[in-house]
Amino acid sequence: MDLKDLLALKEKELAARKPIVIRCCTAAGCLSSRGEAVKERLERAVYDAGLGERVEVRGVGCLRLCCQGPLVQVDPDNLLYERVTPEEAGSIVDALNGEKVSVARGNPNDPFFTKQQSIVLANSGVVDPNRIESYVAADGYQALHQALHEMTPKAVVEEMLASGLRGRGGAGYPTGLKWATVQKAAGAKKYVICNADEGDPGAFMDRSVLESDPHSVLEGMALGAYAVGADQGYIYVRAEYPLAIARLQTAINQARRLGVLGSAVFESPFHFNVDLRIGAGAFVCGEETALMASVEGKRGTPRPRPPFPAESGLWNCPTLINNVETFANVPAILRRGGAWFAGIGTERSKGTKVFALAGKIRNTGLIEVPMGTPLRVIVEEMGGGAPDGASIKAVQTGGPSGGCIPAEHLDTPVDYDSLNKLGSIMGSGGMIVMDDSTRMVDVARFFMEFCMDESCGKCIPCRAGTVQIHGLLAKVLAGEATARDLGQLEELCDLVKNTSLCGLGQTAPNPVLSTLRFFRREYEELLLPDPFAVKLAVPEGTVSVEIR
Amino acid sequence: MAVRTLTIDSKQVSAEEGTTILGAARDAGISIPTLCHLDGIYDVGACRMCLVELAGSPRLLPACTTMVAEGMDVRTQSDRLRRYRRMILELLFAERNHVCAACVSNGHCELQTMAYSQGMDHVRFAYQSPLLEVDLTHASFGMDHNRCILCTRCVRVCWHIEGAGTKNVSGRGTHARIISDLNQPWGMSETCSACGKCIQACPTGALFRRGMTAGEMERDRTRLEFLVNAREKKQWNV
Ligand SMILES: Cc1cc2nc3c(=O)[nH]c(=O)nc-3n(C[C@H](O)[C@H](O)[C@H](O)COP(=O)(O)O)c2cc1C
Ligand code: SF4
Ligand code: SF4
Ligand code: SF4
Ligand code: FES
Ligand code: FES
Repeated sequence: MDLKDLLALKEKELAARKPIVIRCCTAAGCLSSRGEAVKERLERAVYDAGLGERVEVRGVGCLRLCCQGPLVQVDPDNLLYERVTPEEAGSIVDALNGEKVSVARGNPNDPFFTKQQSIVLANSGVVDPNRIESYVAADGYQALHQALHEMTPKAVVEEMLASGLRGRGGAGYPTGLKWATVQKAAGAKKYVICNADEGDPGAFMDRSVLESDPHSVLEGMALGAYAVGADQGYIYVRAEYPLAIARLQTAINQARRLGVLGSAVFESPFHFNVDLRIGAGAFVCGEETALMASVEGKRGTPRPRPPFPAESGLWNCPTLINNVETFANVPAILRRGGAWFAGIGTERSKGTKVFALAGKIRNTGLIEVPMGTPLRVIVEEMGGGAPDGASIKAVQTGGPSGGCIPAEHLDTPVDYDSLNKLGSIMGSGGMIVMDDSTRMVDVARFFMEFCMDESCGKCIPCRAGTVQIHGLLAKVLAGEATARDLGQLEELCDLVKNTSLCGLGQTAPNPVLSTLRFFRREYEELLLPDPFAVKLAVPEGTVSVEIR
Repeated sequence: MAVRTLTIDSKQVSAEEGTTILGAARDAGISIPTLCHLDGIYDVGACRMCLVELAGSPRLLPACTTMVAEGMDVRTQSDRLRRYRRMILELLFAERNHVCAACVSNGHCELQTMAYSQGMDHVRFAYQSPLLEVDLTHASFGMDHNRCILCTRCVRVCWHIEGAGTKNVSGRGTHARIISDLNQPWGMSETCSACGKCIQACPTGALFRRGMTAGEMERDRTRLEFLVNAREKKQWNV
C-alpha cells in the first residue's frame, strides 16, 4: 500500500456513495434500546421499497444525544429521528417517498449539536466503525503516510509540542513533552500503550470513541510509535466493553490486511503491531503503573514514580502511555498542523474536550466542546437545564478524583486551570449535573465508597483512611456525628491526600473537600451538639473557659 | 560510581548515586521510621512511614524509594511528618486487632515499638475489629490475619530470597489478605519449603513459629513425677 493506493481506495469508496444515507447509531447506548433491530428493519424497508440503488443504510457510532436513542439521521436533508423503534423504522424509509413519518423528529439545530466542535468525534456518527474503507474515505491514515514519508520522528514530536495538546486521561500532562521524553529515552525496545480502562462512574467517552471510530485511535498510536521508536503497542481495555473490544479487534485485523499496521507500513521501514489486553475491571488498573503491571501479568497495583513509564515502563522498557482521547486527537493534529490545533481553546488548554453529560439534565449524551466553553453553556444551553423545572445545584467533574462546582460558579470556563482553582479537575470527561434534590454529603459518601472499594490496598493511608472517612460520612448522614467528627474527617482527608502512594488515594478526598468547601452548611446541619463540650460554672468576674 | 552530596536534617551527607534517601540517612546516623522496608529486599513504598519533606517540592517523598540527588535538602522530622506518622499508626491499630497483651509478639514487635517511639499513645479512629481467620494448618508455622499490616515483607522474601513464591496478596483495599499459593490453607501448600524466612521477616505477630502462642504450652507432667521420686525415694534415674 502506498499513497496512490490509499487515495484510490478513498475515491472508490466515495464514488460508491449513494445519494441518500440513513445513518443509524450502533454504539452501545442505542444498541441497548434495540438499535440493531432498527438497523435491520431500515435495511429491509429500503430493499422492499426497491431503493437499494439510491439509499445506503450505514451503521455508525454515537450520534451524541444518547438519551433519545436509538437515533437515526438521514442525509443530505439532515433529518434526525429519535427513539426509533424497530416497528416504526420503516416509516423513515416511507418518508423518503413523501409519506408521513410516524417517528418523533429531533432538532439537529438544537444548541446541543450546534455548540459542539468536533475533532475527536469528527468521524463519530459518520463513518462505519466496522469498515476501514469508511475511515479512509474520511482522509484516514493519510497523516500516518505523511509522517512516515515526509517527516522525521523529531518533526512529529515538534508538531505535537506545537499543538499544545495535554493528556485527556486526567492529569493533563503535555503530550508533546511526554513523546519527546520517550523519544529521547535510551533503549532498543520501546512500547506504546493506549489506556482504555475508563473506570470513572458515569464516564463513557473513551468507550464511545472506540466503538465509533476505532481507527483514529490506531492511527494515533501508530504515529506515536513512529515518533518514539516503538514497534509494539497494547490497548488496555476493560472487559466490560465487549463492543469496543470487538470493533477494535476488527479494526486491527483490517488495518493489518491493508498494510497500515504490521511490518513495512506504507512500504517504509516502520513496523508496528497492536494487541489488545483485556482488564478485569479494577479502577486502579487505569493508573499507568498498575496498568503496566497488569499487562505484564502481575497483580495490578501501582508502584512509586519515578521512574516514570517514559523512562522505565512495560518490562522496564521506555513506554509511551496515553489515553484513548489523546491518541484520537493525533491524526487530526498531524493532518492539519499543530498550529491549527493550538488556535482552538484557551491559552493553556488547547483543542476540544469530550464530556459524557449525565445526571439531572434534559439532554444527556456525548458532547465535544472547545476548551474554555463556560459550564453554563454546556449545562443550560446544550444540556437544556434540569428537567421538571428543578434548578441546578452543582456540576461534578473528574469523577471520584474531582469535585462539585456549585451553581454560582457556572460561568467558569472549562479548562484545566479554572477547574483546578475550584478544587475540581478536568478528569477524563465525566460530567454529572445535580439538582436541588441532591444531598451533597450523600454525593461525597458515594464517591468515597467507590474509592474505598477500588483502593488496591497497598498503602495504608488509602486502604485504611478511606474506610475511616467513609465511616465518618455515614455517621454524619445518620445524624450521629459531632463537630469533632467533622474535624477528624478533615484531618483524615489531609492525610490521605498527602501521603497516599498513587493518584487514587491522593485524589480520593477531593469530593469530600470540595463539598466541604462549597456546601459546609449541609454537613453542619446534620451534626449533633458536642456531648463533651462542658461549660464549667465559674465564679462571677472570671473568664469562662470551655473544656473540650 | 558518582558521589552525590545532599543535606539531611541540616547535616551534610554524601552518598553514592543510586542510594536511597533512607540509605543515605542511615549511613549518616539519622533514623527514619519504616515498616515495609526490610534490608536485603527491594522496596515498595507501601507503609508511607518514611515520608520526608524535600525543600522546593510540595509533595512528600518516601525515603525508601527515592534516590539521592545532588543538592537535595531533606527534612525527616517536622510537626507535620510526626502527625502523619502517628495517624498512619493509628489507622493500622484501628484496622485489625492489636491487643498486644494477648499477642505472640508482645515486646518484640516492630509495630508496637514504632507506636511507642512515635508517641502514638491512643487511637482516635473507629476500631474496625474484623473477625479474621488464624491459619494453623502448617506443621511449623501459623498466621494470624488479625495482626497483619499488609507490609508484604513476607511476600517479598518468599519470592525473591527463598524463591518459593508461596506467599501472595489477594483481594483489594480493606479486603486484601496475605494468602498461601492460590489461597490454600498454608499447610496444604505445595510450594512452601518451610524455610521460615517469612516468619523472620514479619514485623508483627502475624506470622509466628507454632508452639509459642497463648494456650499452646503443653506440660510434661512426668517431669514432676521425676522430682518427687528423686526427693522422696532418692531415685535419680527415671
Ligand atoms: C486511579 C487512577 C485511575 C486512572 N484511570 C485512567 C483511565 O481509566 N484512563 C486513562 O486514560 N487514564 C487513567 N488514569 C491516568 C493514567 O495514570 C495516565 O496518567 C494516563 O493514562 C496518561 O495518559 P494521558 O497523558 O494521555 O492523559 C488513571 C489514574 C489514576 C491514578
Ligand atoms: S493510593 Fe490506594 S490505590 Fe494507590 S497504591 Fe495506595 S492503596 Fe493502592
Ligand atoms: S502485632 Fe504488635 S502491635 Fe499488634 S498486637 Fe501484636 S505486639 Fe501488638
Ligand atoms: S504477614 Fe507479616 S510480613 Fe506478611 S504482610 Fe502481614 S505483617 Fe507483613
Ligand atoms: S449511543 Fe447512540 S446516540 Fe450515543
Ligand atoms: S518504609 Fe518507605 S514506605 Fe514503608
